[in-house]
Amino acid sequence: MKKRTAAKVITYILLILWALIVLFPFYWMILTSLKSYSAYNSEYVPTFFTLHPTLENYVNAFTQVPLGRYLFNTLIFTVITTVVMTIVAVLAAFAFARLKFRGKNIVFGLFLSLMMLPNELVVITNFATITNAGLRNSFPGLILPSVMSVFYVYLLKENFEMVPDNLYLASKVDGTSDLKYLLRVLVPICRPTIITIIILKVIECWNSYVWPRLITDDPDYYLVSNGIQELRENGFGRENIPAMMAAVVVISVPLIVLFLMFRNKIMEGVLRGGTKG
Amino acid sequence: MEKNNAKAWLYLIPAGIFLAVFMIYPLIDVFVYSMEESYNFASQTSRGTGLFNFSYILHDTYFLQAVKNTALCVIITVPISTVLSLLIAFGLSSIKPLRNLFQTVFFLPYVTNTLAVGLVFMILFKKTPYTDGMVNLLLHFFHGPSIDFIDGPYWAKMMVLCIYVIWIVMPFKILILTSALASVDQNYYNAAKVDGTRGWRIFVRITLPMISPTVFYLIITGFIGAFKEYSDAVALFGTDLNAAKMNTIVGYIYDMLYGNGGGYPSYASAAAILLFAIILTITVINLMFSRRHVYY
Repeated sequence: MKKRTAAKVITYILLILWALIVLFPFYWMILTSLKSYSAYNSEYVPTFFTLHPTLENYVNAFTQVPLGRYLFNTLIFTVITTVVMTIVAVLAAFAFARLKFRGKNIVFGLFLSLMMLPNELVVITNFATITNAGLRNSFPGLILPSVMSVFYVYLLKENFEMVPDNLYLASKVDGTSDLKYLLRVLVPICRPTIITIIILKVIECWNSYVWPRLITDDPDYYLVSNGIQELRENGFGRENIPAMMAAVVVISVPLIVLFLMFRNKIMEGVLRGGTKG
Repeated sequence: MEKNNAKAWLYLIPAGIFLAVFMIYPLIDVFVYSMEESYNFASQTSRGTGLFNFSYILHDTYFLQAVKNTALCVIITVPISTVLSLLIAFGLSSIKPLRNLFQTVFFLPYVTNTLAVGLVFMILFKKTPYTDGMVNLLLHFFHGPSIDFIDGPYWAKMMVLCIYVIWIVMPFKILILTSALASVDQNYYNAAKVDGTRGWRIFVRITLPMISPTVFYLIITGFIGAFKEYSDAVALFGTDLNAAKMNTIVGYIYDMLYGNGGGYPSYASAAAILLFAIILTITVINLMFSRRHVYY
């Protein structure tokens, strides 16, 4: 029995240690963002708390650099990309799940094999396509190549297939059209899965860095990831770390709030096959 | 039936257009690019067709450096993060109180912006004239020397990168392993208990074999993810990774495409195809190995 208690104690110590490692960077960014510029720079040995918290860094983050603009761009990018993705994915998943057509299995097999493709292979031509179309530094250029996610179509299709056939047949007898059946019956029943893919897509969009970096060099179209990189390289003056940390906090908070609100949905969605995109 | 047929394709059209333009056409085009020798994006000219692009990048010191960095990152982070996440997931599943809280906390890095939190890591490790940084203070405490981890020696930079990568990938692995552990049939454990089997033996003989498919899945995705390492390095060392000698294969692809040395999609394509070949090889090897050693 004693041995078991010892094992419990060791387990808790290990878990608490890892929790500290995970939380420390978050604590440090909030702490630093609350220190004034002069206080931060006069600390050769950084202190672990501050007695004079100040919000001036947050004011600076919004006034000295266009952080608001970056947030607004990211919001537009995220909303439009997610909405278009959801519509496209629902339609495609419905075709694969419910309708019968010749060659369905072959098309779906090819479709699934696209999931294995690394993004790096296709990004090169997409860069050329968007550049030649004159869509650099524009929302269509940012959004169009980011829309499709093969995996989400797959997830939705699996879910649609679990809905009993009887409902479909009954609606056919009533003379309901396919589209009406999809919107009135299937989508409401499968709402949990649709919400899951929407949240996962929002996270993906909010954090996307590579494509926006390739396709935008005008700060008016920067998303938050590019914005934070820009801040780091030419923002506040290299040494204004507290203001930089305030920007980092502002960028991180929306997703953390979203996570705490939809904790179970997000974890379940990731569990079903999401990887960090 | 025929009518149904046409309608089905109608539903697939939007997805089909997106896939054709942004995935299937590019997939073919990347091979075309890779054969057009030294294709220049600005002048739209190439020297001819052949395999020169591959030989060019294989002789490019920046590419070789990138391969070395990526390989080191893979070799270091995949085993450490797998073992560590196994330990943590095992710990998580053996406790009841506070379990939800721990799970929530451990998942946090997954939902953070890599670029943003990378800045925090940079500050923790960086040494400036004003301050030695948090990590150096810790080293001083153990009477170690101060090291600039961000602009200093190669091994220090590599260490920071690996630490950050591990910090980022852990949530995914812990989540997957915890759920795998929860799905092991309790009867096995009860039987072992009746037989009086000891804890460590239970772990090696029951738990590990039962979750081995998940572990292999994690190793494969871990390999692939680490080979595609890029934005974590940018977050720590800035966009000019070649200057910092910390570039990765993916970083090399993007630099060739766009950036200071950019405008050469043909070199970028050659590098992307090599990366794809590496990933495919590892996946196949892993699959062959796992078929022999995984207990399904």
